[in-house]
Amino acid sequence: MPDAGPAAAAEADPAPGTVADAAPEPERRAGALVTSSLGQDVLHPDRDAYHATIEALKADGFAMCTDVTAVDYLLRPARVLPPGVAPERFEVVVHLLSLDPPQRVRVRVQVPEDDPRLPTIWDLYAGADFYEREVYDLMGIVFDGHPDMTRIMMPEDWEGHPLRKDYPVGHVPVRFKAAPPTR
Amino acid sequence: MTSSSADTSEHGQELQPRSRTAEALLEVERGAVLRLPEGAALDAGDVSVDDLDDETMIINLGPQHPSTHGVLRVMLELKGETVLRTKPVIGYLHTGMEKTAEDLMYAQGSTNVTRMDYLSPFFNECAYSMAVEALLGIEVPERAQWIRMLMMELNRMSSHILFLATNGLDMGATSMMIYGWRERELLLAFFERVTGLRMNHNYIRPGGVAADLPDGWRDDVRDILEVIPGRLDEYDDLFTNQTVWRQRSEGVGVITPEQAVALSLTGPNLRSTGVPYDVRADFPYLKYDEVDFDVITGTVGDVFDRYAIRISEVRESMKIIEQVLDRMPKGDYRSQDSKVTPPPRARIDESMEALIHHFKLFTEGFAVPPGEVYTAVESPRGETGCYLVSDGSSRPYRMHWRGPSFANLQALPVMMRGGFVADGIAVISSLDPVLGDVDR
Amino acid sequence: MGLEDLNHNFLTGALEDVVKWARYRSIWPATFGLACCAIEMMGTGAANFDLARFGMEVWRASPRQADLMIVAGRVSQKMAPVLRQVYDQMMEPKWVISMGVCASTGGMFNNYAIVQGVDQIVPVDVYAPGCPPGPETLINAILTLHEKIRTGEITRRREETGAGAGVQLADEPFVPAGAPRVQA
Repeated sequence: MPDAGPAAAAEADPAPGTVADAAPEPERRAGALVTSSLGQDVLHPDRDAYHATIEALKADGFAMCTDVTAVDYLLRPARVLPPGVAPERFEVVVHLLSLDPPQRVRVRVQVPEDDPRLPTIWDLYAGADFYEREVYDLMGIVFDGHPDMTRIMMPEDWEGHPLRKDYPVGHVPVRFKAAPPTR
Repeated sequence: MTSSSADTSEHGQELQPRSRTAEALLEVERGAVLRLPEGAALDAGDVSVDDLDDETMIINLGPQHPSTHGVLRVMLELKGETVLRTKPVIGYLHTGMEKTAEDLMYAQGSTNVTRMDYLSPFFNECAYSMAVEALLGIEVPERAQWIRMLMMELNRMSSHILFLATNGLDMGATSMMIYGWRERELLLAFFERVTGLRMNHNYIRPGGVAADLPDGWRDDVRDILEVIPGRLDEYDDLFTNQTVWRQRSEGVGVITPEQAVALSLTGPNLRSTGVPYDVRADFPYLKYDEVDFDVITGTVGDVFDRYAIRISEVRESMKIIEQVLDRMPKGDYRSQDSKVTPPPRARIDESMEALIHHFKLFTEGFAVPPGEVYTAVESPRGETGCYLVSDGSSRPYRMHWRGPSFANLQALPVMMRGGFVADGIAVISSLDPVLGDVDR
Repeated sequence: MGLEDLNHNFLTGALEDVVKWARYRSIWPATFGLACCAIEMMGTGAANFDLARFGMEVWRASPRQADLMIVAGRVSQKMAPVLRQVYDQMMEPKWVISMGVCASTGGMFNNYAIVQGVDQIVPVDVYAPGCPPGPETLINAILTLHEKIRTGEITRRREETGAGAGVQLADEPFVPAGAPRVQA
């Protein structure tokens, strides 16, 4: 499919100077680079700083973790990321919500393919329990420190992680033929 | 017993005896949500947690059971009739919708997404369409936005009425099941007039809505708004003013605001604890900032509060619909942006370009610029969100669905702890989970 | 099975009819609503469409007490053994209506997670198409089932085929052109 345009990287800050060398000091917040995506703040911590970033955000008033998910960028290795963030195969995306004042923030962590592990944030947000299990089940990323790292959607003996890009959809081809007569 | 060798055990996902369960997991199953020193130490003080394994019994509830909430399996550890530990086992309706979405064009996406939370299909479609529109950067015409609001609020009414029906049935008021469906049929008949289908409508699509409202829709909506308030008063009589109902629901399944926020509850479940979070009010979308409505909160966070909030939300939705009736503008029902919208059917016969345009839109689909977005709507169950990652092609690269019931089910151990099994049924029913949302 | 081993003659003919009449006039469905179709099934049981006039308003939660399993909704891989176990727990004579396209063929979900037709697990007697099938379609399916029981066709068919419509699967996996998938 043709790309929508040369610099159509809506993930990075659309302000001028993002690609340039004379860029202003990139904004940091809670120890992570901040970009903006369609009006929403996105933080890009390193894997080591991830837990601390989430802790800092929680102390900052983001009381609820609404979502933890992951994306497999196997087919898009050349996607655009802010300078200083090395793209890896997996990205874990966490959405946090502050109730008062109402605002959202997104945290994206790069997780490498050869070591798909990440510290859990269950100790900060109890509601991340099921979400991290789902990410483990469907993407294969293990969360260290999670109380119950088992599959949640697929049967216990299932092999493979279905949402990965190298896992086929499992389309069953059917050839249509006349149904046998009933008598 | 049976002749089949079907193995229905899920081994590691099930509730294990205490001796085989790690301490951290025991805490989760006991509903000890706030374990941090500054959080409230939680334990039902009258139930001893040092029970030996042979004094307790692990029973299985589901996935096939008379409760009408779908294929939810809950494993309980009981001491007598009292629930000690709970573990919901889900995945029995896992449909791989997020994977399927990567294979469908953006215009086809709402057929997929609408079947997730199948009791509130318009909300699913709206969250998805709003995500696609945000990535495309197109504006939806005014009339389309008001139509979306109308259909969504009517859907909220039909979903909450179904909650009343199933909640009544689960707590023993079998006749409520029949009454609730009587009201639903009025609403479903209207949906069929507008969208062509009673359920899973595929009506709200990226760019607007699929078709304009039919002639005479105002009379239909007014008829509905005339009938429902009287029926709601009947249900108030049947439930709120009835001692048995009150005793069965007050004080049952209590959850505190801190626990609810920690567990990522949203929707009426969170509002029942007193936290006034409603996506319509806090992150307004469509035209919700131009209509007047109250965010209804409870105080105790028990089953009764959740029921009372939902029945009041039906009344609030009617208020919103009255305002929509007054303010529905004239105009387009879908965006006229030719990138997204096919040309009118009549022009296909006349113009080659129109034919090619139509053909390309329906076989190849429109391309969406690369980006990511998270949009959320307030569905009857809570915050329904769509996280969409696009790569410039005509199919999403990744669509993740934030289903509210998935997070709401995490509250089961907390709410069921220390209660009876029958209270547990009331609790599950009051959470109003839809397994299509949970398992996707 | 009781009726089928009878020595058929003019005396037992009337008895057969009475037994079949009793069977199809009071089929008790088992609650097996899975997904969206379950909502329409509940709607069919409610007042507007009313299954009680067919003797079917009694939904038995226990499969031991049920005659009919209406598989209403998509059957996932995790649910399949449970479905089979519930079917096995039902007493003969028992029937299965596959309600909706997901139960009949997998529907729009032709992927790793959904069993492509519940007739791969249990023998189906009547298929009701739709997504979801409206109450009228479900009632049509139920009346078709009644006809089959009344004419005895159902027992004959079960002996011959033993299973569903006999869907054939193709030999090689089908990869759609341009599929952006890396096949493992």
